[in-house]
Order: sequence, then C-alpha cells, then structure tokens
Amino acid sequence: MSSVSQTGNTSSGMPTDEAMHRNIAQRRQRGRIWQGVLFASTTIGMLVLVILLATIINESFGLIAVQSTVDPATIADRPLEELSKEELIVILEDNLKRRVYQRLEREQPLAERDQAALLEIVRVEVVQEEVVGSWPLNETLFNRAAIEAEVAEEFPRAEIQFRSWINPDFLTNPMSSVPALAGVRTALLGTLWMIGITILFAFPIGVGAAIYLEEYATDTWYNRIIQTNIANLAGVPSIIYGMLGLAIFVRAFEPLTSGTLFGLTDPTTANGRTILSAGLTMGLLILPVIIIAAQESIRAVPNSLRQASYGLGATKWQTIWNHVLPGAMPGILTGTILSVSRAIGETAPLIVVGASTFIVTDPDGPFSKFTALPIQIYNWTARPQDQFRDIAAAAIIVLLIVLLTLNAIAVLLRDYIRKRRSI
Amino acid sequence: MTTNGGISPQDAKYALETRDMHVYYGSFRAVKHINLNVERQKITALIGPSGCGKSTVLRSFNRMNELVPSARVEGKVFFHGKNLYDSNVDPVEVRRRIGMVFQKPNPFPKSIYDNIAFGPRINGWQGTKADMDNLVEQSLRASVLWDEVKDKLKESGLSLSGGQQQRLCIARALAIEPEVILMDEPCSALDPISTLKIEELMFELRRQYTIVIVTHNMQQASRASDNTAFFLMDNDRAGTLVEYGPTEQLFTNPQDKRTEDYISGRFG
Ligand SMILES: Nc1ncnc2c1ncn2[C@@H]1O[C@H](COP(=O)(O)OP(=O)(O)OP(=O)(O)O)[C@@H](O)[C@H]1O
Ligand SMILES: [Mg+2]
Repeated sequence: MSSVSQTGNTSSGMPTDEAMHRNIAQRRQRGRIWQGVLFASTTIGMLVLVILLATIINESFGLIAVQSTVDPATIADRPLEELSKEELIVILEDNLKRRVYQRLEREQPLAERDQAALLEIVRVEVVQEEVVGSWPLNETLFNRAAIEAEVAEEFPRAEIQFRSWINPDFLTNPMSSVPALAGVRTALLGTLWMIGITILFAFPIGVGAAIYLEEYATDTWYNRIIQTNIANLAGVPSIIYGMLGLAIFVRAFEPLTSGTLFGLTDPTTANGRTILSAGLTMGLLILPVIIIAAQESIRAVPNSLRQASYGLGATKWQTIWNHVLPGAMPGILTGTILSVSRAIGETAPLIVVGASTFIVTDPDGPFSKFTALPIQIYNWTARPQDQFRDIAAAAIIVLLIVLLTLNAIAVLLRDYIRKRRSI
Repeated sequence: MTTNGGISPQDAKYALETRDMHVYYGSFRAVKHINLNVERQKITALIGPSGCGKSTVLRSFNRMNELVPSARVEGKVFFHGKNLYDSNVDPVEVRRRIGMVFQKPNPFPKSIYDNIAFGPRINGWQGTKADMDNLVEQSLRASVLWDEVKDKLKESGLSLSGGQQQRLCIARALAIEPEVILMDEPCSALDPISTLKIEELMFELRRQYTIVIVTHNMQQASRASDNTAFFLMDNDRAGTLVEYGPTEQLFTNPQDKRTEDYISGRFG
C-alpha cells in the first residue's frame, strides 16, 4: 500500500514514498545476496588452494624409519662420515656387486662425485640403510607414539628420524634410481633453460604480431580470419601443440634443433629431442595468449596519446615505440606472466616432444637432452614406492617456488615500468 | 624540407586555403563545399552549433583526419600554395609544420620537461642539453606556464591542473616551431581565468604564428579573433560554411540571417 504524497505523481509509474522505500530495500537485499554468492566463490577457491598446499607440504616432511642390514663397524674402522672420498670409493669397489657398481659409474663416474654423495651411496648400497617406512607430516605430529610402536614391532633394528624431503641435497643431486638419493638438479636446470627459450621466442613474436594486428592491419576479411584463428588457437589442448612440436621442431627442423647445423652434434642427444625443441613448442603454446593479452593492452592505450604524438609530427613507428608500447607494457607483462606460468607446469607437450625421464648430466645448452620438473614429478608419482611420492611432493614445492620467483620478477618489472611512466 | 614533394614557404597573404573541400566519414558527408582562406599571422575562429563539422575542418588542415580509418577528404587544401593532399606530400611533414592543440588536455604520462622535449627529439633535434633546457624554458614561458612549473620540471605532466595541462600542451606544440597552430576548443575544460590566460597567450603568439581556433564561446570568438567563420548543418546534415569575414563585421553586421540568429543566441 503506497500512500501518495502531495508532490508524488502516481500516474508516472515511478514508486514514491513507502513504495519507493520498499523498492530500495528490495534492491539492496538483492545486492547483498549477490555479495554473499561472490564471497562464497572466493572462499571455495581459497579453500581448494589451501588444501592443495597442505597436501603437498604434508607429503614433503615427516618421519622415516631407517634400518641398516650391515653394521657400519664391519666395513670401516672409523665412523663413515670421517672417511675421505677415496676411502669411500674403495669401500664401494669392495662391497658392491659388479653390476650395481657399473650402473652407478654409468649414471655419473664415481670419481666425479663429492664426498657427501659417495657417503649417501655407501649408506644406501653397502650398509644398506634402507628407508623401511615413511610417514607424512600430520601423522608425525599427532601420532608419533603409534608410529614408534609400529616400527618397534615390525623393524626392531630400525631408527626413527625426521626427514625433510626438500633439502639442499635434493636441489643439487641429479636423478637417481634410489629415492633417498634422487634430486631435481637436472630437471630444475632443464625447466629454466626451456622457459628461457620459450620467453625469448614467444615474447618478441607475440608482441610484434599484436602491434601489427592493432596498429597496422586494416579491417579486412583475411585479417579478421587471422584474428579469429588466434583466439581459437588459445583454446587448443596442449597435447596438440606437443604433436605440432614433434612434427615441426623434432622432425622437420631436426638439423637446427639438434644443433648439427652448427656442427654441435652430441652423440648423446636424441636427435631433435632437445631443450630447443621443447622451448619452441612451449613458445607456440603460449604465443596466442601473449598476442591476445598484448592486443588488449595496446587497445587500452588512450587514442588521445596517439593523436598528441602524431600531432607533433611523429611517425607511426615513433608513436608506437614511445607511447603505445610503454603504455601497453604493464598489461603485456601481466599476460606474459600468466602464460609462462602455464608453460612451466605443462607436461603433456614435453612427453610428446620427447623429454628424457632419466638423465643425470646437466643440460649445458639449447641442444642438450633434457628433463623438466613436471616430467620428473609425473614420473615419480607413477612409481609404486612411497618414498617416490614424498620426493614428488618435494619437487612440486620446487616447481611452485620457481613459479613464484618468476612471477615476482615479472611483477617487480611491471611496477617499475608503471612507476617510471607516471613521472 | 624543400624536396620536390615538400612544401616550400612563400610570402602569400594566406597560410591555408581550401578549395571546394568535402570530408566524408564512410559514406556520410560531414562537411561540403568548404572554401576558406586562413590569413597568415591572424587568429581565425571557427564557430557553429555542435556537430556542424568544425573539428572536421580543423583536422583536415593537418591531415589528422587520416587517423580515422573511414575518413576521406575531397578537394584541395593549399598550404603556401601546395596542396596538402597531393600524393607526394608526407603527412608527417604537414603535422611538423602545422601543430595542433586538442580539446581535452592530453599530456604524455612523462615529466613536464619530457613532454616538451619529445617533439623536438623525434623531429631530429641536434642541439645540446643546454639548448634543450633553453627550448623547454622558452616554450613554457611562451605558454605562460613557466612560473608555475619551473621548480618541478621533473614531475609528471599529469600532476598539473586541467588548465595547466592545456598550457603544457600548447607549450609542447610551440616547441617544434610550427608555422600554424590549430586549436580545437582549447578552453572548453577551463575556468574563466585560465581561459583569459590562454586568450592573452594567443594574442602573444599571433606575432609569429597563424592560429585557427574552434570555439563555442561567442565572447571568446568576438574578443580574441581577427576573422570568424560560421558553419551550419545543411538539410542533408552536411556542414557548410555560411559566412566568413572579419570578426568585427561578422558580429556587428552579419550578412546572413542565419549568422545573425546564431550569434544573437536565437538557435544552436
Ligand atoms: N570519427 C568519426 N567517425 C564518423 N563520424 C564522425 C567522426 N567524427 C565526426 N563525425 C561526424 O561528423 C560530423 C561533424 O563532426 P565534428 O566533430 O566535426 O563536429 P563539431 O562541429 O566539431 O562538433 P562539436 O562542436 O560538438 O565538437 C558529425 O555529424 C559527427 O557525427
Ligand atoms: Mg568538435
């Protein structure tokens, strides 16, 4: 029931007085419901993220039970830690089966390893310190008594230790078939090399194409087709890019990607399956996203700036270089950050392009064989032993740290450009 | 600048002359049959109701219409006797010699100093740092902004007030030493005091430059210009030049009934 005020005009259809108040209250109510829905979405997103992180951290730290089959006192007269590199090699020669010794030698010659690495091998292979059980962080913290009871019953000679699977050795050790010895050095370097090539390839080409499409291309039917295709390419599944990379970079451009063209043939490189191929494939994968992001931010540069520049007798290129690009750069960098983050985590294209799953030599250039962090993680999670799952979790943390570091660098760069432009 | 295709200076009475000029946006004809002679070292005001094509005519003087993909100019615009729309005339040279100040202040997001130094730099400036400092100061003095900004040349051009920004844009246009300055409603965003400052500035500049100004402000046109051109939209919605003559005459003794109606505020 709306009472009509003296000034109120009922014939116009606009609610007045009480009806108006009710209407306003209703509209506010609707707004509050939406606010609740939006808050819920944010909370769900955050919750998933927290659970993800908690799971990874849970797996990466925890108790392990170590048991040695051979008493260290029977193979050396001093504690193992005090032995020199040479003494450790002698112990390995004396105690290891030929086959095992040769395998280790093949992975990386023993003489080239340092004392700490050799000590680990003696522990694992000779003393056969074996990790007979491992427990995640939550059980470690809340269920220690039960773990101790279990170990005491099943492995009376075993010793319980706290282990952080992510540790300096894990970062600096190469691959190994023994989880306790395995590290991510080769995979980490592989990822960094690959991302470097990806950025060098995709950033200039992507930004260049965006400038062309926005500033030079006229609105013709074929340019519109190109535009539509770029938008569609951004949605193509990554494995397709892997197949494309396999066909183009690994096969067709093999002389280039394997380095034979530059006389750099390395007999161990598996033909075109090099870091270069992987980096270029990833570059193709993120190219459409970079182009679209760059186009958006170029479009967002106000036209009045372009006019001001042209009005002073600037050429098209001077206008683009001095005003359009600097204005668009923060947005272009944001798009690049997002797409590079995606490339770091991609696994499927790398498998198709032929990343190695087991190599111990560091990649030393674009023409090396390589492995990358996601491949390593994928590989480890597929193994049956519990400890591989623990190091997979640790490798995920390394991957996340790499991601965060790269993002932080890009954000700092972006803010630096923003600040420089506002003076 | 005296290549075959270039425009060579001449001591003619008129800086700009249009001959039967039409401007189209796509298939829409925005202005038609424009014949307008702009006198050298005088202030010419373009007046008329909104949408009648004043900005369009102004932009055709330095080929800024070309930035609109659909725009097309027919007819001729002579600058020192040379048709600006000849195929061998470079629009970059045209804009280098015919500067422009826009309706909305549009300083670059750079320091005040760099805003002014940009024009000379991109046009092949050869002088020293001291020369540039000097040029910046001269330009800012000419646009009556120097005293307000001399202590903060390194601060952003965007940190200035609207009126100061507009004077910065004028200083920026002066720094490349053009022969003609086109101004599209330079005072529309300004308070009366800034407006007066800019008008004084225009009188000052008239000694050296030819100025064409679009304005909606009748007082401004009558007190600050030598010649006035009055535009009106025709029945086919294309703008035409109704009357053109010395400002004094046009305002006191208009020849056309429509001009009289407009300046006395009866329509438009
Ligand atoms: N970029 C453009 N694309 C299409 N049509 C345009 C464009 N710019 C102007 N026009 C049209 O041309 C006609 C003249 O416009 P113009 O901007 O020259 O008018 P004006 O006299 O400057 O008006 P105002 O006083 O409001 O600034 C108008 O009908 C306008 O719709
Ligand atoms: Mg206008």
